[in-house]
Order: sequence, then C-alpha cells, then structure tokens
Amino acid sequence: MLDHIWLIPALPLAGFLLILLFGRRLGEPKAGYLAAAACGSAFVVTALVWLDMLSKDAEERTKYLVMFKWIPVGSLHIDAALLADPLSITMALFITGIGTLIHLYAIGYMHGDPKFSKFFLYLNLFAFSMLMLVMGENLLVTFLGWEGVGACSYFLISFWHTRESAATAGKKAFVTNRVGDWGVMMAMFLAFSAVGTLSYSGINHAAENGGISTVTATAIALMLFIGACGKSAQLPLYIWLPDAMEGPTPVSALIHAATMVTSGVFLMTRMGPVLHASYEWAPTIIATIGAATALFAATIAVAQTDIKKVLAYSTVSQLGFMFLAIGSGAYVAAIFHMVTHAFFKALLFLGSGSVIHGMHHEQDMRRMGALRKLMPITAGTFIIGWLAIAGVPPFAGFFSKDEILLYVFANNRALYVVGMVTALLTAYYMTRQVIMVFFGEAKWKDAHEEHGAHGDFVPHESPKIMLFPLVVLAFLSITGGLLQLPFSKDLHFLEHWLEPVVHHSEADIKGTWAYDNKYLLLLAAIVVAAIGIAISVAVYAKGKAKPIEPKVLADGWYYDRAISGFMGGPGRKAFEGVAMFDATVVDGAVIGTAKGVGGISSVLRKVQSGFVRTYAAVIGIGAIVLLAWFILRGVI
Amino acid sequence: MSFPILTALILVPAFGALVVACLKKSRPELVKLTAVLTSAVTAGMSIWLLASFKTGEAGYQFTSQHEWVEAWGISWHLGIDGISLFLVVLTGLLFPIVIIGIDPHHDEKPYLAWMLLLQAGVMGSFLSLDLFLFFVFFEIVLVPMYFLIGGWGYDNRIFAATKFFIYTMFGSAFMLVGIIATALLAKNDVGHFTFDLVQIAEHADFAASTGRWLFFAFAIAFAVKVPLFPLHTWLPDAHTQAPTAGSVVLAGVMLKLGTYGFLRFGLYLFPEAANWSKPLFFTLATIGIIYGAIAATMQRDLKRLVAYSSVAHLGFIVLGTFALTSQAMTGSVLQMINHGVSTGALFLLVGMIYERRHTRLISELKGLQKVAPIFAAAFTIVMLSSIGVPGLNGFVGEFLILIGSFETARWWTVVAATGVILAALYLLWAYQRVFHGEPDEVNSDFAELKPREGGILLIFIAAIVFTGLYPKPMIDRIEPSIKSLITHVEERSDYKAPADDSANKHHMSEGEHE
Repeated sequence: MLDHIWLIPALPLAGFLLILLFGRRLGEPKAGYLAAAACGSAFVVTALVWLDMLSKDAEERTKYLVMFKWIPVGSLHIDAALLADPLSITMALFITGIGTLIHLYAIGYMHGDPKFSKFFLYLNLFAFSMLMLVMGENLLVTFLGWEGVGACSYFLISFWHTRESAATAGKKAFVTNRVGDWGVMMAMFLAFSAVGTLSYSGINHAAENGGISTVTATAIALMLFIGACGKSAQLPLYIWLPDAMEGPTPVSALIHAATMVTSGVFLMTRMGPVLHASYEWAPTIIATIGAATALFAATIAVAQTDIKKVLAYSTVSQLGFMFLAIGSGAYVAAIFHMVTHAFFKALLFLGSGSVIHGMHHEQDMRRMGALRKLMPITAGTFIIGWLAIAGVPPFAGFFSKDEILLYVFANNRALYVVGMVTALLTAYYMTRQVIMVFFGEAKWKDAHEEHGAHGDFVPHESPKIMLFPLVVLAFLSITGGLLQLPFSKDLHFLEHWLEPVVHHSEADIKGTWAYDNKYLLLLAAIVVAAIGIAISVAVYAKGKAKPIEPKVLADGWYYDRAISGFMGGPGRKAFEGVAMFDATVVDGAVIGTAKGVGGISSVLRKVQSGFVRTYAAVIGIGAIVLLAWFILRGVI
Repeated sequence: MSFPILTALILVPAFGALVVACLKKSRPELVKLTAVLTSAVTAGMSIWLLASFKTGEAGYQFTSQHEWVEAWGISWHLGIDGISLFLVVLTGLLFPIVIIGIDPHHDEKPYLAWMLLLQAGVMGSFLSLDLFLFFVFFEIVLVPMYFLIGGWGYDNRIFAATKFFIYTMFGSAFMLVGIIATALLAKNDVGHFTFDLVQIAEHADFAASTGRWLFFAFAIAFAVKVPLFPLHTWLPDAHTQAPTAGSVVLAGVMLKLGTYGFLRFGLYLFPEAANWSKPLFFTLATIGIIYGAIAATMQRDLKRLVAYSSVAHLGFIVLGTFALTSQAMTGSVLQMINHGVSTGALFLLVGMIYERRHTRLISELKGLQKVAPIFAAAFTIVMLSSIGVPGLNGFVGEFLILIGSFETARWWTVVAATGVILAALYLLWAYQRVFHGEPDEVNSDFAELKPREGGILLIFIAAIVFTGLYPKPMIDRIEPSIKSLITHVEERSDYKAPADDSANKHHMSEGEHE
C-alpha cells in the first residue's frame, strides 16, 4: 500500500478536475457527492496506508515517492516527491477524515447556493493542496501546498464576493499570509545555502549531526516561525483569521479551524531538529509568542457577540497553545492537541453553522438562547464540543491540553501560569457561548420582526446530512483522548507512533518535578476548568454578577483597528507619495530634460511632428535598403 | 547546406510585411490572409526549431554566417542557444496570436505590415551574433512600435509614442558609440576589425577601465529597454497608450531585449565590468521591485498598474542576471518567458475589458465576477501566476532567481523577496475593486468571454500551468548555455561562482533516501 501514497492527494485532485470540467452539468447535489467521494476515498487510502504502516517495524514506516524531477538547476535538485511517515499520515488521516465529514455537511449547508458546484471545486482543490503540504518530501512541495491552501482560503473566504466585507477579508488573508510566506522563502534559501538541499531528510539529518551552524539553524527556525505565524494566525499576524469568518461556515470549520491553520505547527514539527539545533532562546521565543497569543486571543473571545467570532478567537488561542508546546519541546503534545482540536473545533464550528442555518443566517448570540429544545442534536453535540475544549475530563481536549501544560511546567513556570489563565478563560468564554446560544431565554422571539416576512419564525434543526458529521465529531471529541493517555507509558500511543519523527527533538522531562507530580497538575487543570465554568454559569446563567465585556476586548485590544488605520492612513499616504514622486520627480526630470534640450516648452510637439517621424522613416527606409542590399548580394 | 532556419525566421515576417504593404487596401481579406499565413509559417518554423534544438548543448546552434560588409567586418551572423531559444519561440508564437486574436478596428493594412516588421525586428535582435547587425535590428524594432502606438493607440498616443521613441533612441545612441568603440578597441586582440560578437567576446581583453566604459555604454541602452529604475517612466505611458496588441508584444518580448541584451552582450563581452558593477544593478533592480510594486498599488488605470508591475517583475530578472549563479540566471531566462506569458495575458484581459466598457479606470469597474464568472476565473489564474503562486509559471522563475541570488546578493535578495508580498497586494486589491462587489448598472451587462477570446486565453493558461508544474524541459535547454556563460565570466574576472561546491553536501543528503 505504501507504493500507492500518491493516490492520497491524487484523488481530491481528480475530484477537482472532474468538477472543473463537469461541475455545472452535475449541479446540486451531485457535485457535492462527487467531491465528498473524492475526499472520502482519499481517507480510505490513507487509512489503508496507515494500517500497512502499523504492520511494519517503526524504522520501515517511512516511504519516499519521487514522481518526477520538478526544478533541477545546478546543485539544486527539487523533486516533486511525496513522503509518507507517521507524521504525514497522521495529518493526512484527520485532514481527509474531517474533510469528508465537512464535505458531507456542506452538501446540506450550501443547499440552494447558485455557486454550489464551485464551492466543492474549491473544497477539493483545498484538500489536494493540504495533502501536498503535509506529504511533501521537501520544503518546496510543502510550499506548493502551503500557497495552494492560501489561494483556496482566499477563494473561499471571498466566496460570497458580492459582499464587500467578504472580498476584503479574502484579500487580507492572502496578503497577511504572504508576509509569513516571505519567512518560509527565507528559510528555504538559508537551508539550501547551508545544506544544499531542500529535502526534509537532508536538512534534518544535517541538523541532527551538527551539519548546520547554530546561527543558521536559529535563522532557519525563526524564519519558518514567521511563516507559521502567518498561516497559523499567531501574533502579530493573526489579524486575518477573525475576518476569515466571512467565508461559509464549513470553510471556517475545515480550513480556518481544523486543518490549514495548523500547517505552521506541522511545519515546525517537521523541522523540529533544526529548532533543536538552534540557540536556546529560539524555542523560548516561540513558546512566548504562543503563550502570548493564547492569552491575548482568549481575552478577546470573552467579549465577542458573534457566534463564529468567539470560535475564531478561540482557534487563535488554541493554536497559541500548540506553539507553546512546540517551544517547550513537546512536539507530540502539539500534534496531539492539533488532532483533538481538529475534532472539537470542527464540531463547534459545524454546530455554530447548524445554529446559523437554523436561525436563518443570524450570527449574533444576543439574539439566540434556549435553542437546545428546538435543535437537540446540534445542542447535544455542541455541548460535547464545549466540554472537550473547556478541559473537562474525560473529553479529548482535557488530555491534550494537560499534556502541553505538563511540558510547559517543566520548561518555564511563568508560561505555565499564562497557560493556566488561558485555560480558565477558555472554560469561561465557551460556557458563556453555550449558555447564550442554547440556554436561558429565547431572545430570537423579539428579533423575529427584524427578520421581516414571517412572523412565525421558529429556529429549526438542520437536515440529517448536516447532523451526521456532528455526531461523528462528537464521538471523536469524547474519545480522542485515548490517543495519548497520561496514566502509563503503554498508553502513550501517539508518542510511540510519532517517535521515529520526533525522537531527536522531543524534550525529555523525566525526572523533573512536573513529571513526578503530573497528577497534581492534572488536578490543578480540572480545578481551573471548573472555576472558569462556575464563574461563567454564575454570570450568564444565574445573573449573579454583571458580565465583564469591555469595549476594548470586544474590539480586540484595538490591534486590528490600529493596523488597518495605519494601512489606510499613513501607509496609504506613503504609497501615494511614491506614486507622486514617480510622476513628478522621476518622470519630471525626464520631461524637464527633454524640454531643456529643446530649449522651448513646446519642443515635444515640434519634435513629434518633425524630427521623430523623419528619423523613424530614415531608420525604416535604411533598414529596408540594408536588407535589400543584403538580399541582392545573394548571400542567402 | 541545411535550410537557413534562423534567416528564414527573420525574412519571412519581413517579406510578409513587404507583401502586405504592397497589397491593395481594397482587398482586406487578402491582407489579413497574408499576415496570418506569414505569422503562422513563422510560428511553425519556431516550433520546428524548438523540436530540433539539441538539449544539453551550451553553444550556438543553427548558426548561419555570411560576409556582409567585409571592409567593416560586419557579417550576417545568426545563432541560437539556450538563452535565446525560448525568446525566439515566444516571439514566433505571440505574434500570430495577437494578429489573429486582436482587431485593430481601423487601417488594418498598415497595422499588419508594422506588426510583421516588428516581428522581424525582434527576431533579428534575438538571433544576431554580430554587434552591428544586432544594432540594426534593435533600432528597427522602434519604428513599427512607434507607429503602432502613434497610429492605433489611445487618447494621448502621440505623446507616448514620441516619449518612447526618444527615450529608447537616447539609450541606443550610447550603445552605437559603444559598439563602434568595442570593435575598434578589440581589433588588436582579435587580429582584424570585426563586429562579430563571438570573436570579440572570446579574444578581446579590454583593460578594466576601458571595459567598464564600454559596458556602461551598452548598459544604458539595455537599462532603458528593461526598463530599470529610474529609467522606466516611458513604459507606463507607452503601455497605457499602446493598442492591446502593442502592449502584449511590448511586455511579451520587447522588454526582454533589454534583459537579453545584458546577458548576451553585457556579461558576455565585458565580464569584468559586469562583475564589478553588479552591486549597482542589484540595488537598482531591488529598488525597481519594491518601487514598481508600490507605484502599481496606487495606479487608477489598469494598464498603468500592469505596466508598473512589469517594472517590478523585470527587476527580479535583472537581479538574477547579475547574481551570476546558475539558479538565478536560469531563473532569469525562464522568468523572461514567464513574464511575457502572464503579463501578455494580463494586457489581453485588460484589452478585453476596454473593448467592453471603453474604460480602463478601476473606479469605473465593479462586480464583474458576478456577471462574467469565466472571464473572472481566467483573470484570476493569470493574476495568481503574476503573483507567483507555486504550481504556476511565475513562481518557478522567481523562486530560482531568489534562491540563486541569495548566495551572491544576500541582503538585496532579502529585500527583493518582500516584493512578493506587494505583488499580492496590488493585484488582489485591483481584482477586488474590479471583480468583487455587486455590479452597478453600467457593469451589469458586461459580456462573458467569447469563444475566440477564451481560446486565446486557454493557450496562455496552458503555458502558465505547464511551466509551473513541469519546467524541466525548459530548464534543461536553458541551463547549459547559462553555465557556459558563468564559466566565461569566471575565466575573465576574479569572480568565482559558489555553484557546485554544494554538490558534496547534497551527496550527503541524497544518501538519506536509500
């Protein structure tokens, strides 16, 4: 089966091409089923590859497949090649698995959209790009996927492009990501310059054996991290992700929560040995930025009123957790959290989509409430997602978050505190959301008049095709923790599985105080989650205290506003200045010289009517005479 | 003696121009037929040339050399190598496309005659291996372009045509002096008075200061043509005022006369001077990349925007040219073609917008994606190619240029690479304003792509995707000539390419895959 890994990206690509050619004819819902089938069959192949790998010894679980030579110039040899190993297959499993579920969901969600088949065209292209990203054998194939998912994200955020805000958000996502891409390009150039190759095995092998100097390794790692900050929405480049919620909700779930935004975490894990070979302060920077982002975004999430914006900031915050893990040397924990987060955050987003669908495109939580009876399955699954993200045992998020905090404690106690505060806030704002949407009073009754037409507006549960993915994801959000249970070494399945990839760079915390007292830390995490939930319940359900939702938090600490203010103000003025400079100074010098040479202001007019025409004619005739002479001399 | 294919590539369109000029105006269909046939024959020949070009050879192929003006050492010396091959093929293919695909609206006969003469001139410039011959063709090119802009352009065409002509003439004047001086000064080393490029380049040994003066005489002409900052201001005017076909040809192949000139004449004739002056060119190229992109962002006219984007793109090519590594220089040659294809296509698309709406002003356009989704899709693909998204052609060239320049022009490359951020900014912003949003009344009946238009764009898109995914056939043909040029520079200056010392490093990593 390992010889057929090319099928994994090829199947969504085939789906893309088929929809490109026949999408309009297929129409709704066939185009959707075709796309889902393409993604689903990729999942089946991935699962078979995975089973095949399991049957092999750990050392034999890596497979390279060179498809063709892509860019070979001089000493630069870049192959269009795939790499299947425990890391890439883990990624591919949840990308295709969750991807298929979201494809199915979207068939229901996008019902009636005039661009129905186009949506699935992009979705399959996205799946292909994402798979190339994780299965690339070298940085450039990954970069192909990296930019590919960026382009798809652009298409899908601005999918409803007649809406100005959607168009702007798409552009903003692409341009901001490009800032990060600059970093990835620099990392590639540095790696090629130092090692002479862009293949992961070559670079990591050199890093593990001292083939890359500490300075260079640090530079490569930090440049990659700049890229990761773009794609995975970390400070200071996170600003595009909240706006990306302009896209249809399945897109938010798939691209802007479960898969694409975790690319940065994946890349840092893939290149772990390089980070390991860096100066010690390099991982510290990453951990610090991760922790700062986690806390920063969590504080913003507590004051959001848009159901999707809460989840968007929550995603930024959770991604911060993953980078906190990376910076603490907890690669397995980072991937673990990435996977469980993909389960529960996709679930939450799809759940919110179901709510939005049932509420006829209402996204303001202040106009929701008491929906649990009208949308029982959505509510039930959403509550499971809430328990998972809030860190309530035994749901998936509890174990993965705790694993990260364990490593962070061993590594840097100040950051541990930040992590714990974030965990508390997470439990708090998610509880707030659940209460505002599903419990309390039904506020949509007052709002129905603004909805116009139908006075008998009643939110409704979503169709089965949308509920099925919710149920599956809810199940995974409950059981996801089984991947890596903290209780005994034998239960560290993910750690054993990823061992061949991360063994060199993974931090060893055995013997630290944290490791010896990990049950104490578990307990602390439970207490913190409980406090967060309790406060939220007291505030939002019982009304015992006034909600603290200051404008500064609702407005994201004014960070985004400051940046767009700068871009629209001084930034734009500076750009205009350059354009003016070009028109007046650079071009002015030319025109001025021309005028000066002629001595009179109307020289250009004279010149054009007289001299140039004559000269042009002379050249033209001269050329013809020369050619004629040449031909007459009979030298042909 | 085999068929003189290169001579034919020049003479067929030239002859076609002559025939078109002599035909009666009252027989427009005959005029058109002649032009189409001539350019089709030229296209066929260039494809045949591509097919029979020997891959992996560095030297000139299909050479043809005949004494011309013996007393002055001028000869009809033509040849093609990896550096010029794809430029010639692009010239061969681009002209029939624009001749068939774009309607000049009036005075078709002189228009077609000028187009064919232009093609002959461009072909000649890319094929000449004699300095004097090159100069003749380099100058011939100006004439039809001048008349095309002046005769079939837009409102301010006369001003733009004149500016274009005088500006480039100004550069050429330096080159003419340079050419004559080069031939005179090389006489002793070569053994006789000659304008032959290969003989001078292989035998002449200029004193450093002399070589530098001569190099700059050539460089000014090429820098204007590229155009390199700050000599670029003729380009936005010329592009904006030129008819669509003129813009396509201008961006597609004519600007490359400058970058090609740097490679073929600048570096080859004056390696020491080129190596010595490269910091200057790195700097100007990098400024051009950033400055052109910023200026493009603020343009109100779509054509001006694309013109400024050309300034930025050509900056990359110049950077790669002077970086003197096989990756960067191969990337530069590749990027000349890629820029020709994607910017050519952009000008076509903007031309189609103008045909429909009679405006190029961004503020006048809105919401076109809703009314013409296929048109928008075509624009998107071309735009992404221009932005440099991997998997499309623009990326391959840009990436090679940057990764190669990183070795020898590190800090310039670090700055230049930020140009890719700006490229996304100016194009996506323009796209948003033109295609996104709800179309207003005047834009709501914007016509969808017609089959003829779609067919033409499909050719460009096919080239964009193919080159992006599988550039190897092109690289294999370009690289040997580039390597031999680098060796030539190394032998004649104190430059040492970093090139293949990393081969052993790579070997180490290759072992991994076993």
